[in-house]
Amino acid sequence: MTEVVATNQTILVVGGGISGMTAALEAAETGAQVVLVEKRPYLGGRVSQLYKYFPKLCHPTCGLEINQRRAKMNPNLTIITGAEVSKVEGEAGNYTATVKLTPTYVNDNCTACGECAKAVEAEFDDEYNYGLSKRKGAYLPHVMAHPMKYVLDPSIIGTDDAQKAKDACKYDAIDLDDTEKEIQFPAGAIVWATGWKPYDAAKIQPYGYDRFENVITNVEFERMADPKGPTGGKIVRPSDGKEAKNVAFIQCAGSRDRNHLYHCSRICCMASLKQTHYVVDAYGDDAQVSIYYIDIRAIDRFEDFYQTVKDMDNVKFIKSKVASITRGEDDNPCLNGVDTEGYHRYANEHDLVVLATGMEPSVSIDSFPVDVEINREGFIEPAEKNGGVFAAGCASDALDVNRAVQSATGAALKAIQVVNRVARAEG
Amino acid sequence: MSEMNKAMIEQYRNSFLSEVEANVEEGEWVKMCMQCGVCSGSCPLGKHWAHPPQEIFMMIRAGKRDEVLTSDSMWMCTSCYNCIVRCPRQLPITHIMHGLATYAKKLGLTPKNQPTAKFAEIFWNNMMKKGRVNELKLGLSLYFKDGFGPGIKEALRNKDLGMKMMKAKRMAASEFFGGHGVKDVSGLQKMIKKAQELEDARMKKFD
Repeated sequence: MTEVVATNQTILVVGGGISGMTAALEAAETGAQVVLVEKRPYLGGRVSQLYKYFPKLCHPTCGLEINQRRAKMNPNLTIITGAEVSKVEGEAGNYTATVKLTPTYVNDNCTACGECAKAVEAEFDDEYNYGLSKRKGAYLPHVMAHPMKYVLDPSIIGTDDAQKAKDACKYDAIDLDDTEKEIQFPAGAIVWATGWKPYDAAKIQPYGYDRFENVITNVEFERMADPKGPTGGKIVRPSDGKEAKNVAFIQCAGSRDRNHLYHCSRICCMASLKQTHYVVDAYGDDAQVSIYYIDIRAIDRFEDFYQTVKDMDNVKFIKSKVASITRGEDDNPCLNGVDTEGYHRYANEHDLVVLATGMEPSVSIDSFPVDVEINREGFIEPAEKNGGVFAAGCASDALDVNRAVQSATGAALKAIQVVNRVARAEG
Repeated sequence: MSEMNKAMIEQYRNSFLSEVEANVEEGEWVKMCMQCGVCSGSCPLGKHWAHPPQEIFMMIRAGKRDEVLTSDSMWMCTSCYNCIVRCPRQLPITHIMHGLATYAKKLGLTPKNQPTAKFAEIFWNNMMKKGRVNELKLGLSLYFKDGFGPGIKEALRNKDLGMKMMKAKRMAASEFFGGHGVKDVSGLQKMIKKAQELEDARMKKFD
C-alpha cells in the first residue's frame, strides 16, 4: 500500500466522507486517475454515523453501499485509509503531496473474521458512537466499514492484548511491527473534502453538557436512535437508562452565536425535526417533544417537512433561545428562559435534552497543510490563490448531505478541468 | 392627501428607533437584536422587570416611546453583565439599559419614587458637591429620602453597621462637616457643565 502510482494528471481527494467519496467517484468514473486519502480507517465519514437522512427518512447505509460498490469496481481509484495529508507543495498541475500513514497493524489478509476482537480484553470509548459505548482494542469500526478490515488500537501495542490478537489471527493479518510511514506522490489537482466536526457542546457553559448526564448532543442522539447503536435503538436517559419520552431540542447550540460559531450551521433545524420523528416513532402518543428555537430554518422544499412536524399534536415549538439549564427533580434537566411570543418566563423539566450543536470545520484555521483562502468561520473560500485546490462539501461551508454532494460534484469538475489542461499541454 | 392616508401615516410613523439610535448611548445596537431571549432568561432580576431587555428592544422598534421611556425596567438593571456575556450578537445590553435610563432622566420621564433612580440622583448630587463621594452624607440622605420619621428609624436600624464602618475607618464623622474633595472642585464642575452642554447640543430633536 505504500506505493502510490500517480502523476501530475492525478486528482488527489483529501477526505473520504460523503463529499470526498462523491468527488473521487465522479472524477474516476470520467476516466481520471484519483487517489483518495482518508484519515479514519474506513470511508463514509460522519454520514456513516447517521441513522436516517432528512427529508426522506431513508437510511444513509443505502447510499453508502452504492458508493462503496462504485469504489470497489473502479480501477482508476486508489483509496488510502488511515492516512493524513501533512504537506502540499507546488501549483495547479504540479503538486507534490506528503502523506503520513498511521499504522493500523492489520494488513490486507484480514477477512474480518473477528477472532482478534474475541481474544483481546481492554476496552476503549467507541468513537463511532461518540463515546456512548465501548469497543475492544481490536475492532471493526462499524458493520459496513470499507475496507472491511479490523483495526488495532495503537494503545494496545506493546501490551499482552497485542500478542493475544496476533495469536488469534489465522490469516497472518496482524503485523505488530507496523510503523508510521511517510509517502510522497504527485498530483495535478486537489479536492479538499475534510468535512466537519460537531462543535464542542461543553463550551456552551450555561447548558452544562459536561455537568448533566441527560443533556446530550444531536450526533449522540443520532447514534442512540440507530438500532445498531449503543442502546440498540432505544431512546433512553443516560443517567438511569429510563425511557426518554419527554424530549427537548435546543436549536442554535453554538451556531449563530458570536461567542461560539458565527455561522448558521444549516442542518440543525432539519436534524431536530427529523429526530422528533425518532421520538414520536418510538413512543407514539406518549411522546412529548419541545423544540426551543430562534427561528426554524427549514429552507425551500424542507418547509413541508417542518409543517408535518408542526401539525403533530405532541410537538411544541417554543420561540426562545434557552438561557440556562439547571438540575431538576430526578436528574431532569430544567430549561430556563423567556419566550419571545408573550415574554413568558418558563422553567420546564424534560427527561432528556438534545443540543442541536452546529458544524465547525474539521481542520482548524491555523493547521491547513496547504495555502488556501479561509474565511472567518474557518471554511475555504473560492479564490485565485487556491490554484488547483478546490473545496468540496463541509470544508467549503456548513452543508447538508444533498448540498455537500452537489458541491463535491462541482469540485470534481473543476479538478478534472485542471488535469485535462495538463494532459493537453503534455500532448 | 386623504384624511385616511394622513391618519395612517400618523399611526405608523415610527421615529423612536431613530431617536434611540441618535440619543441613547449604544442605541445603534438595538436594531441588531434577533429576539432570541437569552438576555431576559439570563437576568437575575428579570422576573421583577415589567419588560425584560428583549421586550424593551422590540418595543423601541415598535415605536412605543412612552411605554419605554416611562418604564422602570431599565432602572432595575444591576450591571451584572450576564446578558452581555451571553448575547449571541454581543449587544452591549447593560450599557443600552443605562443609556435608556439616562435618556429618560434627561427628558424628565423617570417614574416617580423609583428607588434606583432616586439613588442615582442622590449619588450624583453628592459627588458633584466635592468631586468625591461623601459616604456619610450619602448614607444619611438615603435614610431620609422618605422623610424625617422613616429616616430616624432607618438610621437606628443601621447604627451597628455604621459604628463598625467608623471603627474600620471606612467612614468618618468629620465628613458631616464639609468632608473631603478634589483639589479644584469648581474646575471639575465647569468641566462637567461643558460636557453636558456638548451632549445637549449633539442631541437631535424629535417631535
